Amino acid sequence: MSDSQILVESQGGSHGPHNPALLHHFSTEQQQKDSADLGMWIFLATEVMFFGGLFCAYLIYRRWYYGDFAAASSSIDAALGGTNTAVLICSSLTVVLAIWAAQTARRNLLIVMLILTMLFGCVFLGIKAKEYKDKFDEHHVPGASFSFEHQPIPGHPGEYANPVHAEIFFALYFVMTGLHALHMIIGLGLFSWLLWGAWKGRFTPEYHTPLEIGGLYWHFVDIVWIYLFPLLYLIDRH
Amino acid sequence: MSDHSNSHSSPLKTYFAVWASLLVGTALTYYAAKLDLGVFNAAVALIIATTKAMLVVLFFMHLRGASEKLLKLVVVSTLFFLSLLLALSMADYGTRLWS
Repeated sequence: MSDSQILVESQGGSHGPHNPALLHHFSTEQQQKDSADLGMWIFLATEVMFFGGLFCAYLIYRRWYYGDFAAASSSIDAALGGTNTAVLICSSLTVVLAIWAAQTARRNLLIVMLILTMLFGCVFLGIKAKEYKDKFDEHHVPGASFSFEHQPIPGHPGEYANPVHAEIFFALYFVMTGLHALHMIIGLGLFSWLLWGAWKGRFTPEYHTPLEIGGLYWHFVDIVWIYLFPLLYLIDRH
Repeated sequence: MSDHSNSHSSPLKTYFAVWASLLVGTALTYYAAKLDLGVFNAAVALIIATTKAMLVVLFFMHLRGASEKLLKLVVVSTLFFLSLLLALSMADYGTRLWS
């Protein structure tokens, strides 16, 4: 701790007497950054438990109504879901590149990477909207107009899915992907704010904590999707 | 602090390698689902997803080079409580003979 203190002080000396980003209740920049990181990871822990309850409900019903879930899952376009997975992975790459750009004082690259991240986020939401529209057209949205008659159960010729059980799958599908999409929209809001800060030149190699915190959030949302894709789109596809 | 700067000395190669592995993992997930592996289809899908999630956490979220050990404690306790939720629920619903 004393080593890092000396290091920070000597760095501070070369860049001026005092980094304006260092708040008075922290003794060093490193301590301030560690506190922000810890707070964000604890928030993400609560998010894991939040989504965890939905994953738990999904597992219980999937075990009970496996055939019906497989039939309902097969009606979703897996190619769209796979494309969206790739889009989110690319957006995670542009996030780490944005942070790297801030660390190496490349302002223009930082701005380009933040814009690319938001573009990927919008592409994801656009594909999601197309997927939802298909489900509305097919009357696969739980509610009064729901219909899932004579849909074959994969691997069981002559057997058809129970519409009541399939409706449970679609309820979970819309709640889980909808909650995930809401997180994407919040992420886009966060990144617009980061883009504004980057435009103003707020982020330097010494201080870019908001970028790292926003990045942690974006990567978390990516991880949720990494699990949603195989669980919702790829049940019994062979 | 020195640990921090070391982990960022040449990270670009790592970032692109992780990105490529994640894309390969996505393709693997997609094609593995088309094979008939019986009960192992779900296991394969979850193993690939967990590997991808670990790559994101360790390299993109920089947990590997984190100077603060408390972060690792937060991650481990998150996984502990999540597995408690899933394992105990499934131990209940998975062993109900009457349903």
